[in-house]
Amino acid sequence: MDVKLKEARAGAAPAAAPKISGTGIRKHFGKGAQALPVVGGVSLDIQDGEFVAIVGPSGCGKSTLMKIISGFEQPDEGTVSIDGVVARRPSPKGIVISQHGSVFPWLTVQQNLMFGLNGDSHGDKAALADHYAAMVGLKGFENSYPRELSGGMLKRVEIARALVVKPEILYMDEPFSALDALMNLRMRTELLRILAEERHTVLLITHDVEEAIYLADRIMVLSPRPTTIQATFEVRQAHPRKLSSPDLQDLKEAILAQLGLTL
Amino acid sequence: MEKLKNIWPSLALMAAIVAIWWIVVVQSESVIFPTPLQVVTGTLELAEDGTLWEHIGASLFRVGTGFLVAVLVAVPLGLWMGRVTGAWRTLNPLFQIMRPISPIAWIPLAILWFGVGEVSPIFLIFIAAVFPMIVQTASGVHTIERRYLHAAENFGVSRARLFRQVIVPAVLPEIVVGMRIGLGVAWLVVVAAEMIALRSGLGYLIIDSRNAGNRYDLVIAGMIIIGLIGLLLDGLMRLLEGLKSVRWRYGR
Repeated sequence: MDVKLKEARAGAAPAAAPKISGTGIRKHFGKGAQALPVVGGVSLDIQDGEFVAIVGPSGCGKSTLMKIISGFEQPDEGTVSIDGVVARRPSPKGIVISQHGSVFPWLTVQQNLMFGLNGDSHGDKAALADHYAAMVGLKGFENSYPRELSGGMLKRVEIARALVVKPEILYMDEPFSALDALMNLRMRTELLRILAEERHTVLLITHDVEEAIYLADRIMVLSPRPTTIQATFEVRQAHPRKLSSPDLQDLKEAILAQLGLTL
Repeated sequence: MEKLKNIWPSLALMAAIVAIWWIVVVQSESVIFPTPLQVVTGTLELAEDGTLWEHIGASLFRVGTGFLVAVLVAVPLGLWMGRVTGAWRTLNPLFQIMRPISPIAWIPLAILWFGVGEVSPIFLIFIAAVFPMIVQTASGVHTIERRYLHAAENFGVSRARLFRQVIVPAVLPEIVVGMRIGLGVAWLVVVAAEMIALRSGLGYLIIDSRNAGNRYDLVIAGMIIIGLIGLLLDGLMRLLEGLKSVRWRYGR
């Protein structure tokens, strides 16, 4: 529902420009003869409200690609545009949620959630923070310190802290890979529930093909380094998806085949 | 009970040392070296006429003042050096050279610049405490994990908020460690400084007791009191480490 609304709003603008647009992104590490090409020319468009997952073999440069798209690193060639404007720096418009997390251990949950609320335009910041804490299931933990929370709860704090600032984009770099298997599955469902409440554009980087299939509208498979987009798959099934369904099993096999694995 | 179990070996050791000391002094029939009992009576004598408290107060005042000034200089300077590469490159080599110079070596200069008075020992304590704290603070800033700085950058927070909510709390545990080192060195130095320059303080008590009639009971009393107060000061700094805003570092 929300998706349609957002699309309708975007439709009011003259051209439905993609939310995120990367053209010809290349990146080397090092200089001169020893330069190591990491990203070998990636172009992609991500529409407003779309959930795109990028999967690739480990070490292929997917994290580097993410850093470039989110503005934390500069490409050697090519550009990244957000809403049609070239973006060279990170901004609160797109918040990064990474594997190791960056919840501040010296602030309480509530202080962490209020961290990104700059200026006076947010009204009652504490109430807003508590609203999002409740949304990710952390009601009653507002005044806890991160060390008192489990890994899964910390991940919720991080997601909530991102959502509080109402970012248009969420960049998720293997967000759940540091969690145990059960918590990993639980967080997938949680994330979908949260995104159903407030639809964001999401770019997810993962090495977990099932996670990508479960969550994404579109899956891009990256090649080994220097990385390029090797294949793209649309996932049209409605949520909640059953990974055991024949369609999704076929999709999984097709993606794994792209990654060089045949079952 | 559990605590008693942990400290009894060291209490037993101290008791053994006192016993051996006592036996050796009695056996050797030394006229100059005091027995433990003489040290205790000497201490009580000083405590009763009030001079002991004056000496302790004088030493603590000098350490307190010099240390406080050192904190006020070292923490902002360390934070600045940690954040600004140019400041680091310019100042760090200088401080690395100054740091290994024993504060005792500054005594002649202190006397030349400030004379024999209250300022000299305070200056020496400042010199002793300021460098370890600068170095510790700056290296604390350097070791802030990048993911936290990236998060702050991502949210586009103001410079003031970055300092108040990320850099200072992230470095606070390092600052406290630096303060603990600094206070420890400061206490070492105040005694040494007072031995040379002044008419009060525990260092003066030791030297004066020896010079004015070989009162070795008071020399040893002074030494023990210095040790105990040093322990107390360190305990105080440890309390700081237990503060909630510092403890994030030690949890988990």
